[in-house]
Amino acid sequence: MQTEDFTIIDDGRPVPVPVTLQNDQIRLAPEDLKRALDWELKPEGLCRGSTCILIPEAGSVVTEAGVDLLEFARLMDRPLALDAEERAAYLGTSAGDREEALATLQAPDFTLPDLEGELHSLSDYRGRKILLVAYASW
Amino acid sequence: MWQKLYEELKDSNFVVITVAMDKTAADARPWIEAAKPTHTSLIDAQHLVADLYNMVNVPTIVWIDEEGRVARPNDVAFGQDTFKALTGIDSAKHLDALRAWVRGEAPSMTPDNVRSLRSSPTRQDQEARAEFGLAFWLYERGRNEAAERHFLRGGELAPHDFMIRRGSLPMRGIDPMGPEFAKMLMEWEAAGNSYYLQLPY
Repeated sequence: MQTEDFTIIDDGRPVPVPVTLQNDQIRLAPEDLKRALDWELKPEGLCRGSTCILIPEAGSVVTEAGVDLLEFARLMDRPLALDAEERAAYLGTSAGDREEALATLQAPDFTLPDLEGELHSLSDYRGRKILLVAYASW
Repeated sequence: MWQKLYEELKDSNFVVITVAMDKTAADARPWIEAAKPTHTSLIDAQHLVADLYNMVNVPTIVWIDEEGRVARPNDVAFGQDTFKALTGIDSAKHLDALRAWVRGEAPSMTPDNVRSLRSSPTRQDQEARAEFGLAFWLYERGRNEAAERHFLRGGELAPHDFMIRRGSLPMRGIDPMGPEFAKMLMEWEAAGNSYYLQLPY
């Protein structure tokens, strides 16, 4: 089947990936899933590093046509915002993963640019007390 | 806005990191240039920090200790009283508590206390953030009509998330201080909700 260009924005990081579109189904070849999202299809399930998630027997996550993106998101319990017309989807972080991280009380690290485009990470300031302020002109 | 406090406390092993949740660095630039910060001042158009910390409005502050642990979870606080008449929030309580914590004059909040005061993201909150993330990506590519659908969907999924609802107004070409926001605020408060949720001191 013919593939089309599609963009998966994986937690803020856009990754172009060829997909097949059929009815409401968006399918990726397993090698593209590995390349784009770093999940590998193995006999034991979908794996990333040493973590493997069992694929339900009766499910439709993996078919001969490829890995179904919506079913994949559901299996991972990750939110998926989709715009089929625009050929793009945002794959976010699950509430469970976010909560697990926040419950440790460890402040999540991030790296962002300043006005000059120079990057700074929260972890650069370890060893000092920090007031983090999110604000906006709006 | 936080420059004065930073100058006052910077010799006490303390830093301020501000993160502007504006659609471009150009939007944040006049504010930053007026404040002339010597502290770290960053731009987060994509709202990545809002997602990481479950922030739903601005301003949101977090205290982080020397070990990188949250010492006071998400709270609303201002560096000065410019908007006090509008917000009803006095900057002094937070500033006094912060000074005492930085100088070691007051004990830190216990981890149990931090846990009891922090909020947890729901499944819908994360779905809303995914919608915002897609909308922002489309907006940056000039796909405004498509972006609009997802900005709105995000706001519907998480009506309390003004980081999405108000924060997307400039991206949608709508004045974030104008009638659209006034209506949003009025409806939210008429339903018995608060726009600013302050933690106890």
